[in-house]
Amino acid sequence: MKYYAEYLSDAGTIAVDDTLLVKGAQAAAGSRILEGFKPLFSAEAVDRLEAEGYVISGKTHVGEFGLDLVGEFSYYAEKAENLKGAAAEAVADGAAEAALAVDMNGAARRAAAISGVDFLKPTYGTVSRHGIISCAASGEQVGVYAKDAEGVAKIMNVIAGHDEKDGTSLKKEYSFAADEAVSGKRVCIIKELAEKADEEVKAKIAAYAEALKKCGVEVEEVSFDICDAANTTWQILMTAETCNNVSRYDGVKFGYRASGYKNIDELYVKTRTEGFNFLTKSVILYGSDVLSKHRYDDCYGKGLKVRRVVADRFAELIEKYDAALMPATSKMSYEAYDISKAFETVFKESVFTSIANLIGVPALVSGGVQLMGKQFDENVLLSIAGCVEKEGE
Amino acid sequence: MKYELVIGLETHVELNTESKIFCSCGGHSASQEPNDCVCPACSGMPGMLPVMNKHVVELAATAGLLLNCEISRYTTFDKKNYYYPDLPCAYQITQLNHPICTNGLVKLKTSEGERDIRIKQIHMEEDAGKLVHVGKASYVDFNRTSVPLIEIVTQPDFRSAEEVVVYLNKLKTMFRAGGISDCELGTMRCDVNISVRPEGSEEYGVRSEIKNMTSFESIERAIRYEAQRHMDAIEFETEVLVQETRRFDDVTGKTYAMRNKETEADYRYFPDANLMPIIIDDEWFEEIKANMPAAIDEKADEYRAAGISENEIEMIIDNHNVSTLLDAVVEMGCDPKSAVGWILTECAGVLRKNGKLIKDLDISAEKMAAIIKMVDSGDINRMNGRKTLTAVLEEDVDPAAYVKENGFDKKVDTATIEAIMDKVLAENTQALEDFRNGKVKAKQALFGACMRELKGIGDPAVIREMLDKKLG
Ligand SMILES: [Zn+2]
Repeated sequence: MKYYAEYLSDAGTIAVDDTLLVKGAQAAAGSRILEGFKPLFSAEAVDRLEAEGYVISGKTHVGEFGLDLVGEFSYYAEKAENLKGAAAEAVADGAAEAALAVDMNGAARRAAAISGVDFLKPTYGTVSRHGIISCAASGEQVGVYAKDAEGVAKIMNVIAGHDEKDGTSLKKEYSFAADEAVSGKRVCIIKELAEKADEEVKAKIAAYAEALKKCGVEVEEVSFDICDAANTTWQILMTAETCNNVSRYDGVKFGYRASGYKNIDELYVKTRTEGFNFLTKSVILYGSDVLSKHRYDDCYGKGLKVRRVVADRFAELIEKYDAALMPATSKMSYEAYDISKAFETVFKESVFTSIANLIGVPALVSGGVQLMGKQFDENVLLSIAGCVEKEGE
Repeated sequence: MKYELVIGLETHVELNTESKIFCSCGGHSASQEPNDCVCPACSGMPGMLPVMNKHVVELAATAGLLLNCEISRYTTFDKKNYYYPDLPCAYQITQLNHPICTNGLVKLKTSEGERDIRIKQIHMEEDAGKLVHVGKASYVDFNRTSVPLIEIVTQPDFRSAEEVVVYLNKLKTMFRAGGISDCELGTMRCDVNISVRPEGSEEYGVRSEIKNMTSFESIERAIRYEAQRHMDAIEFETEVLVQETRRFDDVTGKTYAMRNKETEADYRYFPDANLMPIIIDDEWFEEIKANMPAAIDEKADEYRAAGISENEIEMIIDNHNVSTLLDAVVEMGCDPKSAVGWILTECAGVLRKNGKLIKDLDISAEKMAAIIKMVDSGDINRMNGRKTLTAVLEEDVDPAAYVKENGFDKKVDTATIEAIMDKVLAENTQALEDFRNGKVKAKQALFGACMRELKGIGDPAVIREMLDKKLG
């Protein structure tokens, strides 16, 4: 089965990205460093789905720790010819009704845009992070791929809600729907982000705006000039947190261990040299640097302050609107060149996705573009997308 | 030249909690075998997130209150990064920016008079595991990982080794009395910062930090050795002092510099996003204050006033479970002196028989009070009270039901006792004769036989008196 790192059941309808744990199935987050690691429990979101009678079809391939563009850098998969995400493709091809994935640095949203399926990264704290292979704790969130907004809402209703095993999980009741009235709602297009995309994506944004108008939604372009700063900030926080969270993979306790070491330092160095790919190593170096004593105040410390500024500025912008429209990617397909320069390309592409990770607001990819909204405004995003999806039928 | 010592202490104390700080594994005293108190969370497996144990916050705040600290109502956790096999996540969760307690003060009585030691801060953190080396192989034991600790950091206010030991003893007594920590060997560890300067000087000398000492005796020896080394270096230029971290060797009695690699690490501290800031609201704060043990001195005065001896007071205060139990049974109307006897003598006796210590005593105040009251009111005799207590401690029976079942509460009149006594004397002619011939021991045998016949019912003192009368 081409989508799966580990195939579990013919009766399955839900694919689970290898960034989440499923009891007994290898959980490696696409990395050699976790080779052979089988968790003793499943992620809370997986447990909730199974409790409702859903069956997991398998663990889909994911790029190492979700740090790449769409999932191209998995230790367990041949590099795909056409660069697409496995979970997104499984849903697009109808092999799975829906899929779960951790959105940490936008890979899931980019994959959804390219495969033409929906993906919701909900408000931070909505879905339990218990049982995910955590990298960037302050901005990662479990999200849902489905064919349409209604399909996303259906799965969200099962997995969302407080979990005492996760201290960041919010004590809140949720009810998701994609069919609320949208006529009269207002959507702004973020100019600075739209301009960063190629002609094909620009045309998609324009077409989406037209479809919105047919749903009775007002659309206008606005300026939001701190997108680049927001991206840089999230890359600082994300690399620091990831560097810290993957430091536990050292060959001592579980997963991959290199052979031929003479002492503990060699065990660490050889294992991590052989176990991580170049992208993770770049993130580790970058993350160690921004946390180091001499850089902390200028990088990580400042990043925490900028996060507040971005949150305030976005709240100010979105006050007058119901949602913001923007690209999820700069183009509709990635090429070999993008991959050869992965660290730089991911950094550039993340400008579309980082704001939602940085400040915890919901973002929905649908029809190849992205809607972003106020905290807990998932239903606004889902209903707007739902209306556009119906218009297109 | 006369020199002055300047010493600051960092003391790590393991907290007495049921479970670890961020998972539900048993606390420090729960483990028996290596790695038998370990779960996916405290062994660093992916997927588990830390969940704060509220009791840790309460004990840390209580420690702060005992040391006259300000308690932060907003407190946060940070991650400290370093690689070592006994640290499963390769980071330790600790508090850097918003520790739970700050600005405290401890008053010490030393041979030089009264001294004030300022407490800079107290913070909460998790312990690391340990490595076990067998031959060429090394093994990790994660039982201790994530066991809750508090670290108490003083200002450099100590001027002698004696003061340090007085301070540590005071912490130990306070924390044991408050149920905060056992403060036993291994659950209390100290880092000592020490420098020497000419008396009267305002400037600090070059500082050494002596790490990770567990016994008060080592701490005292290490300070004396290190002070002499510094004074020699200044006075006779025996060596050039550098700021460094050292360890104390118990065998040689000397301190040695540790490798720089271990000491000049950049720990890359940063806030832990998995743990939301802890807010201690007014309601919770009042609750913590209400459950706070009385200051030891007040408590001791209270016991003294009730006629309890100094030795007993020390034992009571040293054992949090004993003082809580005693306070509770006295509250229920038991006589304090009688209650102390029951707890420190009778309970301790039963525990000893079972290879346990008074700190292991675990009996509900209701049951203890019931037994004391039955004996004190004369409903049952002391011997049967003791039997009841044994049954309660060993099988957790209900005391009143047990007394009834065994007929301990039956009353016997003098005539019945008299009749039984006559029967016993008639049946034990040999013992009687021995007694008449001056064998005092024989009387005890006769008394025992009477008690057996009476099946343990009746007041032994009355019976002994009646027997004496009968034997003339
Ligand atoms: Zn545990």
